[in-house]
Amino acid sequence: MATVRTRMRCLYVFNRNGICLHYHVWLRPLITLSAQQDQKLLFGLLYSLKSFAAKVDPLSTGKENLSFQQPPGQGCSFHSFRTNTYKLSLLETPSGIKFILVTDPRMGDLRDAMKYIYNIYVEYVVKNPLYEPGQPFRCELFNSTLDQYVKTLE
Amino acid sequence: MAPTMRPGDAAFAAVEHVNAELFTLTYGAIVRQLLTDFEEIEEVNKQLDTMGYNIGIRLIDDFLAKSNVTRCTEFRETADAIAKVGFKMFLGATATVSNWNSDSTECSLILEENPLVDFVELPETCQGLHYCNILCGVIRGALEMISMRTEVKWIRDMLHGDDAFEMRLKLLDQVPEEYPYKDDE
Repeated sequence: MATVRTRMRCLYVFNRNGICLHYHVWLRPLITLSAQQDQKLLFGLLYSLKSFAAKVDPLSTGKENLSFQQPPGQGCSFHSFRTNTYKLSLLETPSGIKFILVTDPRMGDLRDAMKYIYNIYVEYVVKNPLYEPGQPFRCELFNSTLDQYVKTLE
Repeated sequence: MAPTMRPGDAAFAAVEHVNAELFTLTYGAIVRQLLTDFEEIEEVNKQLDTMGYNIGIRLIDDFLAKSNVTRCTEFRETADAIAKVGFKMFLGATATVSNWNSDSTECSLILEENPLVDFVELPETCQGLHYCNILCGVIRGALEMISMRTEVKWIRDMLHGDDAFEMRLKLLDQVPEEYPYKDDE
């Protein structure tokens, strides 16, 4: 039996309204929730984590509004967390698009890789005139370019 | 020592370029078709603005991906980024920002060169037409995606006899992100 050796687990793309625009999976042996619950859980977690990270920041000037709502333009206050079994990396753009990449815990800093994936998204999805902004997308070119790029990261 | 590159130059170099004349002629063909379809000048101005809006909501991601801008909350910084990096990247022309009002919510963007209007002269019948209204829509759409609601209008238009292109950007409000799910779900 061939073993799949890949360090990538899955990728989620959310927009500012919490809609999961894309879910791409490479290796995910254990699935406990339905897709919709899984996405809602992840979006909620990241929303809370970002807010928490901003509030706990010892260097913050205190000018920021400490209520729950924060404009996405602030930039990411956190970009990854790691556990024993996986590493989760986040890229949030000022336009509210969030890229979440779940990988093997031994992967290094993935910020540049996330930027490259953002560029792939722009080229194949945003620039596609048939794509309706704010809706989930399924684009073969995006998937194949993403797969090819991800192989170079292994 | 290498000459200092202005911030827009790097972004300009990174994008694919299209022939300027083709671009100008294509835009001219669009405006002519809109004039034939709608006949009323105000309607054409509105259509150009709507088209620009639809472009702007997508263009913002292209801009953010290629220009490495990660924070975008101050209106001042945003206006500078549009003028120096945005215009350079997409039109190959730089704009300058000026005439800020006292609480930094309004400013003017002045364009000395505008590739959309090369070879264009407005006839007598189209004097109310804002030929470049698409640019107003693009800026409005792009800023809306980064939580800034704005109003953008032309104040000076070289096709109407003025000496430069000047658009007025007015920030209406900054809408913060709302948590989309209700707490009880």
